[in-house]
Amino acid sequence: MTELTLVQAVNRGLQQAMRDDPDVLLLGEDIGVNGGVFRATEGLLKEFGEDRVLDTPLSETGIVGTAIGMALYGLKPVAEIQFLDFIYPAFDQIVSELAKFRYRSGGQYPCHVVIRTPYGGGIKGGLYHSQSTEAYFAHTAGLKVVIPSTPADAKGLLLTAIHDEDPVMFLEPKRIYRSVTGEVPDGDQRIPFGKARLVREGSDVSLFAYGAMIPVVSEAAELLAQEGISSEVIDLRTLVPLDEDAILASVEKTGRAVVVHEAARFCGFGGELSALLAEKAFYSLKAPIARVTGFDTPFPYALENVYLPNVERVAHAVRATVRSG
Amino acid sequence: MSSTRAKGPTGAPSLETEAGLPTEELLPAYRLMLLSRATDDRCLSLQRQGRIGFYVPASGQEAAQVGAARALRPEDWVFPAYRELGVALARGVPLETLLDQFIGNSDDLLKGRQMPNHYGYRQYRFVVASSPIGTQITQAVGAAIAARRRKDPIVTITFFGDGATSSNDFHAGLNFAGVFRAPTIFLCENNQWAISLPRTKQTRSPTLAEKAAAYGFPGVVVDGTDIHAVYRAVSEARRRALAGEGPTLIEAQVYRFGPHSTSDDPHRYRTDAEVAHWKETDPVKRVRELLVQAGLLDDAHDAALVEEARGLVGTALAAAEKAAPVAPSTLFDDVFATPTPRIAEERAEYEALVREGVIKP
Repeated sequence: MTELTLVQAVNRGLQQAMRDDPDVLLLGEDIGVNGGVFRATEGLLKEFGEDRVLDTPLSETGIVGTAIGMALYGLKPVAEIQFLDFIYPAFDQIVSELAKFRYRSGGQYPCHVVIRTPYGGGIKGGLYHSQSTEAYFAHTAGLKVVIPSTPADAKGLLLTAIHDEDPVMFLEPKRIYRSVTGEVPDGDQRIPFGKARLVREGSDVSLFAYGAMIPVVSEAAELLAQEGISSEVIDLRTLVPLDEDAILASVEKTGRAVVVHEAARFCGFGGELSALLAEKAFYSLKAPIARVTGFDTPFPYALENVYLPNVERVAHAVRATVRSG
Repeated sequence: MSSTRAKGPTGAPSLETEAGLPTEELLPAYRLMLLSRATDDRCLSLQRQGRIGFYVPASGQEAAQVGAARALRPEDWVFPAYRELGVALARGVPLETLLDQFIGNSDDLLKGRQMPNHYGYRQYRFVVASSPIGTQITQAVGAAIAARRRKDPIVTITFFGDGATSSNDFHAGLNFAGVFRAPTIFLCENNQWAISLPRTKQTRSPTLAEKAAAYGFPGVVVDGTDIHAVYRAVSEARRRALAGEGPTLIEAQVYRFGPHSTSDDPHRYRTDAEVAHWKETDPVKRVRELLVQAGLLDDAHDAALVEEARGLVGTALAAAEKAAPVAPSTLFDDVFATPTPRIAEERAEYEALVREGVIKP
């Protein structure tokens, strides 16, 4: 075990996979000499050389299209997109190509690419360095969507992603890249997809969240405990595949659900969770499902703390839910 | 920029075969071209009869396609667009396999998932095509870099049309290929029309090939109706790629004799006179003349070959139409290597609806 920040854990995960498998290689902007704008790839160029850490021209469609070609040929490329906000030039490659290769070829052409990209607000990044658009990808058949919230999960889920057989969108909560530290197992310790993490056990209400919202929700749960409200906190870890069993079991126990994400509410992933609970846990619910999310505005610069869900908003929604039934 | 300018329809076939397609390969190439042409003719009418859903003809582009494919090795990887019938046939894909795909039957290796012409076969290193324009270009570059990393002495080649030179991935792909000196061949089949937009309105650039200069590697224009010219250009591009000299852009100037697809009527945007003008240099006719001049073909033999091609299409079609329809439950296969719980649940939901008689399978 080693004490690491989340971004260091990403780095160790990449290093581990590259040491274990010569087919793993990285490509992206400023990932080589510069070690990535968040330093996620620091030291890897020196250890593995230019053949395996490719500084690319500034083109997201070039990065993802090239990675797809490498994967079709049998390599295991891990592409870095500098910010999720800049991924859209590659959206065609991701949605039309990457997600569909296996299906459209009748299984002849699996296409395993991992796309790592920092997402989310809280770094004074304004419109174009802050968004959480995981729902676009979760909506697309053929993509797995993974969002870690701890250093151990960042490394363990990344190793699973790199050795998976399908394309994986690996969204990294940049707001907690360095603010969260934790013990991370050494070696090739993988964490399976589709298994939610029980962050805190509780009996009155279930709080569902992922990524950078986990520390916020955990703090709210702590505050609420002092008021006598027992919150269960569940970190989804992977949106696709989704651990429906864990979600339903928790709500069957608590009878109440609050869904938290920083993405905008309308058609956000919380809508899918709410629908799931309404369809499959309706008779366990004692109160309406609540969502605490970013607002349906573009992501602001000066007012990002107004936009982002915080401890107060989460706690307020939980109190209202517990009071209402 | 080296250049073998398309002469346009002068009617005079190139007799220069030095470093062109070897003479003994001319007749097999001609048969492939006839098969491609006959398949187009038959499939256009099959679509009108409702027996296949859609069709994209390649007529007029056979010399570019077969000539390019003949300059490749089986180990090379092809990243096609959806108009590469001649390439697929020259790679050895059986016609019946293609017709299975056009129909989308239970023998279709793509399991009925794609529109006609959007096929791909791993066995022939012919990557599965898609509809978005130009996306295969960056992918071909990635595969070429991967092959070099594995030290495999192969090239990748990607086919696309004149319209694709305006796509994002054309720019990104050529730029990446230049920077990484990828062993890739970019083969633009400039068939003069991107649905209704003429080549002159696609770009102000005098040629498409000269765009390569901006990416730091050579671009050449060849007469795509001259099978020798195409063979020579692709052979040289392949040699350069394997020698570590980097990529090449080849603009093969051809003409699309038919519609873009069965969904458009070319009379709305171009004249019969223009089509007739280009048909004077019909690539099939040009290869026929080469064979006659070489003493390898006479009228009777030619008529028999044309008939043979039609017969092969008929036989393959009859077999493909006998195959069972694709099984409904395969809808849920291949989304992921292993179905997620959600996909498994949706399959069960569908099967229950069938079992309960709510819907017919």
